[in-house]
Amino acid sequence: MDHDHTHVLPADVANPREHSHTIAPAGRHLHAHAGHRKEIDRPVGERMSEAVALQGVCAGYFGRDVLDEISFEVAAGDFIGVIGPNGSGKSTLLKVIAGLLPVQCGSVRVFGRAPDSATRRMLGYVPQIESVNWSFPVTVFDAVLMGTYGRLGFFRRPSAADREAAHQALADVGMSEHADSQIAQLSGGQQQRVFIARSLVQHPKLLLLDEPIAGVDATTQHAIFTLLEKLQKAGATIIVTTHDLSCVAEWFDRVLCLNHRLIAFGPPSEVLNAQTLSATFGSHVLFGTAAS
Amino acid sequence: MHFLSDPLHNDFMVRAFVAATLIGLVCSITGVYVVLRNLSFIGDGLAHASFAGIVIAYLLKFNLYLGGLIFAVVTALGIGAVSKKSEVSLDTSIGVLFTASFALGIMLMSRVRNYVVDLQDFLFGNILAIDRRDIFIVAVLVVLVLSIVALFYKELLFASFDPITAAANGIPIEALSYLLLVLLAVTIIVSLQAAGIVLVAALLVTPAATAYQLTNRFGWMMFISACVGVVSAIVGLYASYYLNVASGSTIVLVATAWFFLAIALSPKRRSLLTALLEARRTAAKVR
Repeated sequence: MDHDHTHVLPADVANPREHSHTIAPAGRHLHAHAGHRKEIDRPVGERMSEAVALQGVCAGYFGRDVLDEISFEVAAGDFIGVIGPNGSGKSTLLKVIAGLLPVQCGSVRVFGRAPDSATRRMLGYVPQIESVNWSFPVTVFDAVLMGTYGRLGFFRRPSAADREAAHQALADVGMSEHADSQIAQLSGGQQQRVFIARSLVQHPKLLLLDEPIAGVDATTQHAIFTLLEKLQKAGATIIVTTHDLSCVAEWFDRVLCLNHRLIAFGPPSEVLNAQTLSATFGSHVLFGTAAS
Repeated sequence: MHFLSDPLHNDFMVRAFVAATLIGLVCSITGVYVVLRNLSFIGDGLAHASFAGIVIAYLLKFNLYLGGLIFAVVTALGIGAVSKKSEVSLDTSIGVLFTASFALGIMLMSRVRNYVVDLQDFLFGNILAIDRRDIFIVAVLVVLVLSIVALFYKELLFASFDPITAAANGIPIEALSYLLLVLLAVTIIVSLQAAGIVLVAALLVTPAATAYQLTNRFGWMMFISACVGVVSAIVGLYASYYLNVASGSTIVLVATAWFFLAIALSPKRRSLLTALLEARRTAAKVR
């Protein structure tokens, strides 16, 4: 393996195998996770119970690897930004964590276990908004209520409590007045908020958001990040992909630079330098470095 | 009132009305998924694919519908597998498989001397020829398909709207896709008697496409589609009786008329009517 980028890795993630002893049984983990909920500004390098751990993961489509030997750990309660150019494997990474795509090698652990029906229940997934047909005949409320379907299982209809949870989630993202609108009438930012609301219905411990600020204006971007930060304070672990570097330093605890391989993973102050960014995006994209 | 009751004095017309209503219903309900998932080509594909099975069953003196059903279901499952394994789009794999199966049917048919009489009904449909036993089978299959749609209503809805998130939430989207393809195959075989291989796709697509113009709610889309499907079947059958023309094509054309009416009156977009009026007003101003 070509490891010529390891020198930019922060010390505590350069060799995740060193920390493999932190993997604990799921039950203990959830308990520990709850105990660390409020602690966000912990010093870098201190190990916590981990929400997500990848070891040597390769994955891709039709036999072509999009992800090449990815290893990293995300501590419970962290707010992670995954950055990289288009086609660098950001969405694929989220799909692997969500258990939507099998890995070709390596292992994925979510709250200490391989992705399965139990981890799915703890997980909220927000896909890229272009991945759905927005002229589909459903209202905003219908779309958010779908967030209850997975947990309900077959042959059960949403109860009054489920409908109440959907209304609450819409209120949380400030979209209550649009409940009866058809989804086609929404702006890009509103579409993002509807999808976030749908993921919140299940009270996820881990939120995976694929490009949640793509194509939204600065105000909406700020509103979405403020909402995500609130969820983080309530205990959620959040992983966001973006190719927008302007927001990286301001919001994320840690940044994961991805271009098929893991280029760097650490706090924005350590990761956002010319060397890492040119390794991630290619040498021509350096205007984002001002943020660090 | 004689106008409406006259055709019903013939037993074969009563049977045709019962069958057309059932077929109009099941096609327009499953058609909602066809339209929303962009599977229009599949309806056509599965119908054509069934032809090889029908001809083989004919040669082996076997039940023709069962032969057609087996080929349609195998093709339905094959379409999913081929597109998954070979990196080609669903459309392309349908195009390859259905034409292959249809070609096999035509090739085998060319060995049969008197095919014109027996097999032509499968190409163009002949609902007036349906017998009591066929109606019973159609009714059982229609109830079966509609029950399965009702049982998996919310999963099919989620998987149709946002398959990635549905899968992330633990909904088995792949199994549901195959289930839907099999339901479509059954629906199409049931409907061959009414519209034939060539026209059956219209029974699936047109009522649902009409409903799509008129509502923003999924449940309503299903309801309106069902109404359009059933009304088109009944109106089309009356029209074919009085005009003395083929029933399947008349049913399809009645549904098509509803579709264009819906486009003209659709509340979803600026209706054609207001657009025309505005155009005239602008033209008048320019003058």
